[in-house]
Amino acid sequence: MNATKTLIYDGSFNGFLTAIFVAFDEKAQIADIQKNSASQSGLFSETETIFTQMDKAKRVWNGIHKKSHNAIKDIYFAFLSENKGIELVLYRYICKLFTSETSIASDYSDDIVLKISQLARSVGREKHRMEAFVRFQLTKDEIYFANIEPDFDVLPLISKHFRSRYADQQWLIYDVKRKYGIFFDLNQVEIVSLDLDEIYTNSLNKSAHFGDEEYNYQDLWNNYFKSTNIKSRINLKLHKQHVPKRYWKYLSEKKAV
Amino acid sequence: MSLSFDRIKEKLNILADAAKYDVSCSSSGSVRKNSTKGLGDSSGMGICHSYTEDGRCVSLLKILLTNHCIFDCAYCVTRKSNDVQRAAFKIQEVVDLTINFYRRNYIEGLFLSSGIFKSPDYTMERLVAVAKKLRLEENFNGYIHLKSIPGASDELMREAGLYADRLSVNIEIPTISGLKLLAPDKKHEDFTKPMLKVKNEIIQYKSEKKIIKSTPKYAPAGQSTQMIVGATGESDKDIMYSATHYYKNYNMKRVYYSGYVPVAEDNRLPAIGTQVPMLRENRLYQTDWLLRFYGFGVQELLNNDHPNLDMDVDPKLGWALRNMQYFPVDINKADKSVLARVPGLGMKSVHKIINARRFRNLNWEHLQKIGVALNRAKYFIVCESNKWEHRDMEGTKIKGLILQNSVGKFRKEYSNQLQLFS
Repeated sequence: MNATKTLIYDGSFNGFLTAIFVAFDEKAQIADIQKNSASQSGLFSETETIFTQMDKAKRVWNGIHKKSHNAIKDIYFAFLSENKGIELVLYRYICKLFTSETSIASDYSDDIVLKISQLARSVGREKHRMEAFVRFQLTKDEIYFANIEPDFDVLPLISKHFRSRYADQQWLIYDVKRKYGIFFDLNQVEIVSLDLDEIYTNSLNKSAHFGDEEYNYQDLWNNYFKSTNIKSRINLKLHKQHVPKRYWKYLSEKKAV
Repeated sequence: MSLSFDRIKEKLNILADAAKYDVSCSSSGSVRKNSTKGLGDSSGMGICHSYTEDGRCVSLLKILLTNHCIFDCAYCVTRKSNDVQRAAFKIQEVVDLTINFYRRNYIEGLFLSSGIFKSPDYTMERLVAVAKKLRLEENFNGYIHLKSIPGASDELMREAGLYADRLSVNIEIPTISGLKLLAPDKKHEDFTKPMLKVKNEIIQYKSEKKIIKSTPKYAPAGQSTQMIVGATGESDKDIMYSATHYYKNYNMKRVYYSGYVPVAEDNRLPAIGTQVPMLRENRLYQTDWLLRFYGFGVQELLNNDHPNLDMDVDPKLGWALRNMQYFPVDINKADKSVLARVPGLGMKSVHKIINARRFRNLNWEHLQKIGVALNRAKYFIVCESNKWEHRDMEGTKIKGLILQNSVGKFRKEYSNQLQLFS
């Protein structure tokens, strides 16, 4: 009998897929799969450090993809939820997927399938929200800049949307919580890390990075937002449901002027 | 610079305020690929970039080109005789605003309407000029919704569709008699003629497209219209039969229902301060959905015996309570179309049930986890469980139980209404 093992990986999705490869390859009893930044060793299991290998990750990706297109999307989205313990749930989901004859991605009466599908939907919603709530501010050096603070790690998911939409302007979207951003230089999107000296929220203080024209447009937008409201139909509960308060500080229309 | 911004701000406030009673804000249904490295890309999925404090989606920059108007329609805030501040945008100003808002990811595009100045064609020409400039000079692939001005010529309607994603004419008053009363300057045909032109152009585009792939797009997101609810004493049946007529005969993508917001003292209309009929508007939208997605026929929901929708329950539940002979439905066996008629089951739940039941028979616990509104559904279904004793109850008893055990967002309003009669 094999002893139970805890796999430690680098936190990347490819690292996670490599861990899955190792788990299957060694036919190991998996106690847990943990990020190296947050690992805790179990009392009765040995640990193994996984080094990300693209070819192994790719083989797992292709294997899942062949089994079910919906499943691969749900797995990637659920992984980005950063939910505590998500790796082990995903591992069990993948085991189920490979041992089943039929595609299990729509077996919503199974607890693990339902959990993954629900997490994937939450991440999908956050992706959609960020596509809506990004507010670019034009810097003096002609870069459309936005900082965001999404609930989940959705930058990899929104990159394509912004690239095809804003193909003729330089833009940078920075995740304040996870401290990295994506930058489009008119040719391609790159992952960048920055040392932001401050977070550029909708505060009344103007920053020297942005010109007068930028603040004029924010002002126009803020005004438009108020003029288009019908006071006799006010419904603040619905408003807050659609635009949760935690996003307000990044929305120029919610600036108090 | 800042002086002109102040003037633009003033105009924007006036012309956005005047445009807000048009409820359509849809930005979906049109695919425009950004193939030339220009600005904007529409994938067919709409995005609401924000929501106003009244809870409505903000997807488009929705403004009038001008609120000067030669007509005097009683229900309209922009009517000639109303004493309001007037303003007019220059064509370039609208283009600049749209582009700059779009680049900052505030909006999906532009919804441009207008008061009618000089003549319908003169006005329509200017709306088309804005769209043309955005497409040809700014290389803009975002969403454009233009209002078809009642009475505009066929040639202009043809050109409008080449640049716009969606065109709409608001019928506003659901009945012809109501229109005569409130908009004596306008004829019913002024509304239907541009609608018919747009419908025929879309049909022609679709058939030509099959033969020549490069046929220029014509209004790919189709056309829509809007009706004001609660201005002229029409019944829900009048409204929904009229809506069905426009869906069927003009291939409308959407009909919108806008609860009348009193904007003038006029003895033909509800007085200023009268509550906006939001619950009624909500029930009409639910009915519209049942007709478009759930396979209901309008005469099943509204007819001479039931000319108005129930206010205390949603229209599907109302229908089910009057038609208990169709229930209970077996969750593990019933067809999709039958499941769609069960109160408490939305199309998403129906989809999940159909997928999940291929693996095993579903019981109450499964249904609960999937997200079925069991508080309503449980009276109308059986599943893998022997607990379904609710079967013998009558509609009125079930309704009482559902109302007792649930909270509705409009409950305050109709419990007030009920007190009036008790």
